[in-house]
Amino acid sequence: MESLSKRAKVLTKKPMTLAERAYLPAIFQGLSITMQHFFRAATKKQVTIRYPEETRPFSPVFRGLHVLKRDEKGRERCTACGLCAVACPAEAITMVAGERKKGEEGLYREEKYAVSYEINMLRCIFCGLCEEACPKAAVYLQADKMAPPRFERDEFIYGKDRLVEPVSPDLRSKRGIQLTPEQAATLRTQTA
Amino acid sequence: MTLETLGWQGLVILVVFGLSLLIATYCTYAERVIAAFLQDRVGPDRAGPFGLAQPLADAVKMFTKEEFFPAGANRALFIFGPCLAMITALMSSAVIPFGNFLQFGSTVVHLQGIEINVGMLYVFGIVSLGVYGIMIGGWASNNKFSLLGAIRAASQNISYELAMGLALIAVLMMSGTLSLREITLQQSVAGEWHFWNVVKQPLGFIIFIVCAFAETNRTPFDLPECETELVGGYHTEYSSMKLGLYLFAEYINVFVASAVMSVLYFGGFNFPFQYELRDWLVSSRGMELVTAQNIITILGAVGVFLKIFAFIFFFMWVRWTLPRFRYDQLMRLGWTILIPLAIFNILLTGGLITFGVIK
Amino acid sequence: MSPLFLFLSFVALLSALGVVLAKNPVHSVLFLILTFFTLSGHYLLLNAQFLAAVNIIVYAGAIMVLFLFVIMFLNLNEDTEPHKPALAKFAAAIAGGSLLLILVAALRNVSPAGYDPANFDSQIGMVDRLGMVLFRDYALPFELASVLLLAAMVGSVMLGKRETGERNF
Repeated sequence: MESLSKRAKVLTKKPMTLAERAYLPAIFQGLSITMQHFFRAATKKQVTIRYPEETRPFSPVFRGLHVLKRDEKGRERCTACGLCAVACPAEAITMVAGERKKGEEGLYREEKYAVSYEINMLRCIFCGLCEEACPKAAVYLQADKMAPPRFERDEFIYGKDRLVEPVSPDLRSKRGIQLTPEQAATLRTQTA
Repeated sequence: MTLETLGWQGLVILVVFGLSLLIATYCTYAERVIAAFLQDRVGPDRAGPFGLAQPLADAVKMFTKEEFFPAGANRALFIFGPCLAMITALMSSAVIPFGNFLQFGSTVVHLQGIEINVGMLYVFGIVSLGVYGIMIGGWASNNKFSLLGAIRAASQNISYELAMGLALIAVLMMSGTLSLREITLQQSVAGEWHFWNVVKQPLGFIIFIVCAFAETNRTPFDLPECETELVGGYHTEYSSMKLGLYLFAEYINVFVASAVMSVLYFGGFNFPFQYELRDWLVSSRGMELVTAQNIITILGAVGVFLKIFAFIFFFMWVRWTLPRFRYDQLMRLGWTILIPLAIFNILLTGGLITFGVIK
Repeated sequence: MSPLFLFLSFVALLSALGVVLAKNPVHSVLFLILTFFTLSGHYLLLNAQFLAAVNIIVYAGAIMVLFLFVIMFLNLNEDTEPHKPALAKFAAAIAGGSLLLILVAALRNVSPAGYDPANFDSQIGMVDRLGMVLFRDYALPFELASVLLLAAMVGSVMLGKRETGERNF
C-alpha cells in the first residue's frame, strides 16, 4: 500500500550473520564493557556519596529548618503577629502571644512577643511563605539544616526551645548560613 | 593405610569441608562487591574493614528471621528440600584434588578428600542429585510459582547434563581415566612441553562452561528462580536459614563447578615450570627433594585456588553482564546447538587421536 | 555378612516396601530413589564403582527426575484416586500372589555359585575391566545399543528443531 505521507521508511529485517547467530562475539563485547566499568570503579573515584561521612552540597536557595532570629542586640525579633500562621498553606504554625513585662526588654524587641511558637515539621511543606510574610524579619528557613527523621510524631513539633537562634554570636546565622568568625566578631562589637 | 594416614586424610576432608563453606560465605560478599564495581557503585563497606564482616551480618540476619511454613505445605519435605540441596553441594567437593601430596617423613598426605577411580562420575552423580533439593522444595511449598521453578530446574538440569557429559567424554578419551587426580597429573609431564587440556579441547571447554552455568542455575540460565516471571522460583515460600541454605548451596555449586573446570581443563594444581623450579630448589638452594616437592605442592594448591577464584569471578562477571535467556531459547540452545556440537567435538577428538595429532 | 551389607539390605527392603505402600506418589518416587541409592551401595560393596556411579547418574539422577517431573505435574493425591471395586482388588491379589509363587518356585533350588576367596579377582568391577569386556566380548551388542541411543537423541533434536517459517515469538 502506498503510504499517504510518503515519509514512511520501509524496514527490512535482515537475516542475522553467522557472528550474530553464534552469540559469542556479542557476549565478549558485553563482558569487555562491564570490565571497563569494573576498572573505572576500582581505580577512579566512585560517584557514590557515603552519606553520614560525606554529604551532598546544599543549594544556596535551599529552604530547610526554620529559625527564629534575634536582632543585633540578641533580642527575639518575633512579635507574635500571626501573619506567618495565616500565610502558612499547611497550617503548620501555631503561637501564643504574650505581653512583655518590665525588665524583659533585653529579651524581646517588641512589647508583644511569642510565649510559645510551634511548627509541626510533619505538616510543613518548606514553601517559605512564612519567611515572606514576616514583617519583623524574624522567621527564616535555613539553607544548611534539615528536620532530621525521628521515631515519635510529637518530636516533630518544634517549639521555641529548638527554633530560636542561640544567643552566642558564634552560633548564629545570617540568611540561614552560619556566620563566619569575622561576621561573628562584628556582631559581638555591635551588641556590646 | 595406617591409622595415622587416615587421621591426616580426615584432616584434609575437614579442611576441604571448611573451605567450601568459607568460600561460599565470601562468595556472597564478592558477588555484591563485584556487582557494585561493574555498575560503578561501592558495594557493602560498612560492616568491618571494606565490609568484610558483611557475610557474618547476613548470617545473623538469616538465622534470626521468622521460620515460615506455608499452608498446605508438606512439612517434612519442605524441610528436607534445602537440606538435600546443601548436602549434595557439599558432597561433591570430596574428590577434587586441591594439591599433589605433602610428605613428612614416612607420612604422605594427599591434598584431596578421597581418591576414587571414578571421581568424575562421582561428581556427576552428586550434581545430578542436586536437582532433587530444588524439586522437592518447590513441590512441597504448595505454590504454583515454586512448582514451575522446580519443573524448570529439573528439565534444565537434565538437558544440560547431557551436553556436559558429552563434552566431558572428549576429555576422557584423551586421558583414558575417570580419576580427577590422574587427569590432573597427565596435564603436566616433567621435561617436555605439555599443554593443559583447554588448549587441546577449546570447543569442549566452551560447551562445558556454558553447561556449568546452566547446572548451577546462574544467570544467564537462572530460569528456576527467575524473579520477573516466578516471583522467587522454587524458593518463593522459603524464609530464614532454609532460604539461606538454598542460596548457600548455589555458591558451593559454583565453587565446585569452578574447581572441576580448573582440574579438567586448566591443569589443576600444575603450574608452568614447576619441575624446573623444583630442580632449581634442589640444585641451587641445596634443599632436599622432599622439601622442594612439598614447596611445589603448596604453590600448586595456591595455584588451583587462584584458578578457582578466577572462575568464580568469571561466573559473577557474566551474571552482571548478560540478561536472562527465554525458556524456549534455553532449551533450544541445549538440545539443538550444544549437544550436536558436543558430538562433533567427540568425533573431532577421536579423529585427532587416531591420526596422532593429540594424545 | 558385613553389618554394612545388612544395613543396606534392610534399608533397601524397607524403602522398596515404602514405594508400594506410600499413599502419596511423590513419596513413592522418593522411596524409589532411596532404593536406588542402597542398590548403588551394594554395587560398591561388590567393588563395582563404575556401575554404582552410573546407577546413580542414570536412574536416580535422570530417570527418576523425569518420573518426579510428571507426577508433580499430574498433582495426584488421595482425593483424585479413583475408587477401585473389590473385584479388582481381589484379582490384583491373586495375580500378585501367583507371581510370588512362581518366583519362589523358580528360585527355590538355586544355589549361588559363590566365589573362591583364594583366587577372587577384586578388580573385576573396575571401569577399565568393564570396558575391556564390553568392547572385546560384547562389542556388537554394545555398539548396537549405542547407535539406538544416538538415534533417539538425534530424533529428539530433530523434534525440537525449528521448521521453516515457524516462529515462536
